[in-house]
Amino acid sequence: MAAPHSDATLIVGASQAGVQLAATLRELGDTRPIVLVGDEPHAPYQRPPLSKAYLQGETTSDDLIFRTDDWFAQHDVEVVTGETIAAIERHALGGGEAVTATGRRIPFARLALTTGAAPRRLDLPGIDLPGVHYLRTADDAAAIAEGLATARSLVVIGGGFIGLEVAASARKRGVSVTVLEAAPRLVGRVVSEQTSAFYLDAHRRRGIDVVLDARIAGIEGADAATGVRLDDGTVILADVVLVGIGVVPRTELAEQLGLEVDGGIVVDAACRTSDPAIVAAGDCALMPNPYARGALPRVRLESVHNALEQAKVAAATLMGDPHEYRTTPWFWSDQADIKLQIAGLSTGYDATVLRGEPETERFSVLYYRDGQLLAADCVNQPLDFMAVRSALGRGATIPPEAAADTTLPLKKSVVEPAAPSLV
Amino acid sequence: MTTVIYTAYDGTETIVEGTPGVSVMETALRNGVPGIVGECGGSMSCATCHVFVSDETAAIAGEMSELEDEMLDGTAVDREDCSRLSCQIKLLEGETYRVTTPSEQV
Repeated sequence: MAAPHSDATLIVGASQAGVQLAATLRELGDTRPIVLVGDEPHAPYQRPPLSKAYLQGETTSDDLIFRTDDWFAQHDVEVVTGETIAAIERHALGGGEAVTATGRRIPFARLALTTGAAPRRLDLPGIDLPGVHYLRTADDAAAIAEGLATARSLVVIGGGFIGLEVAASARKRGVSVTVLEAAPRLVGRVVSEQTSAFYLDAHRRRGIDVVLDARIAGIEGADAATGVRLDDGTVILADVVLVGIGVVPRTELAEQLGLEVDGGIVVDAACRTSDPAIVAAGDCALMPNPYARGALPRVRLESVHNALEQAKVAAATLMGDPHEYRTTPWFWSDQADIKLQIAGLSTGYDATVLRGEPETERFSVLYYRDGQLLAADCVNQPLDFMAVRSALGRGATIPPEAAADTTLPLKKSVVEPAAPSLV
Repeated sequence: MTTVIYTAYDGTETIVEGTPGVSVMETALRNGVPGIVGECGGSMSCATCHVFVSDETAAIAGEMSELEDEMLDGTAVDREDCSRLSCQIKLLEGETYRVTTPSEQV
């Protein structure tokens, strides 16, 4: 049977990267139809505020939309919500057809995967009890907010960014909070020991209990979660339990299509998958990154900036004008009144410089490898962040001894590269 | 009616009807107005929603926080006296806002 012909671009995943990809295609003058498919029942929206302003009641889900319905209509971007792509068939001569879980068929000429990531699930006795939550979607956040509205206590499993942001938001609402972290320090995957130690102190100062090296035996409760039991028998009471132990990239479709997958959909610097006709971008994509030092040839970044920038590159590639992804990675996390901004990737660092006093809750940690600046964690120090992000973008560095001198703005200590740098 | 008039650095004007309570940055993004990036969604982490405001807009834009002031020191195009982060300007019912966007945000 001949499949229907289409010149549409199908974008699977209607979040940050997917919406940007559609927008960039239009900015680049693409006039062919675009179909943007998302499995959530909402118009595409921003996720970062879900763990912060949204849980604190400072914003509603209506405030989080990326684009108005009018924008999508005017730009001929068909947004399909609440549909999961179950399978994709490819045609021998290019293009193909996707089939949703409800049987809807979507023919396409070009395919982009912006499938994102899903929370890593925890396998524990009682984990399926009502009151145990993960946080990725607006519906997840609404359920957590509803739980917190009447909760006395929250246990957060996982001391990473999501867990600590939710912990801080809940504490602000007057809920008693315990964070259980399996590792010996908080946010260990991302930041230096100095920054981890700061967060431990800062959250304890704000009344959050933090248990490090926590060994969890299970979730307590008959009809709903009532607490979390540790290996030593201790039970920490909880009306709400949040599990925030990282995410797993959504690579099922890529695998089904026979694309190379290695803890993420493998792409080159122009966002082409192992089948160069298919692009991927955002949390699901594993890409070579010039900022990643050390042993890792490719990295998968979970950030808004990365999703936006990869989506722009992927759109250009689909338009037949591939160029390399080159941008300074950056991240942020707001926990209570503590603003963390990270510029660069610290992977492979061999030295750090502490700038300022962590006790003042205003300081930065700069990361170096072979004396060259790699990255910085900036806590309530936006100027340090701006200086480092800008320096890294130009291939410049900041000498370690100058970095420690808080009497000089970092910006004044930047040393430009000897020759024009491509990184 | 609440109106935002965005003027790009090249003089191109985009006029958008806004919703009270929504920021000048969000209004731009939702309607695809070029010249404002707003990566961090208004949490004052990125300084990519820098705008220059008219005197009339400055008068209704609200006070600038210390953090906004610091972030403005790191914008891609140097700040001026009339610089603001547009995520911090929440629209008021019935007002008209005039902002000019810089040539670069990143």
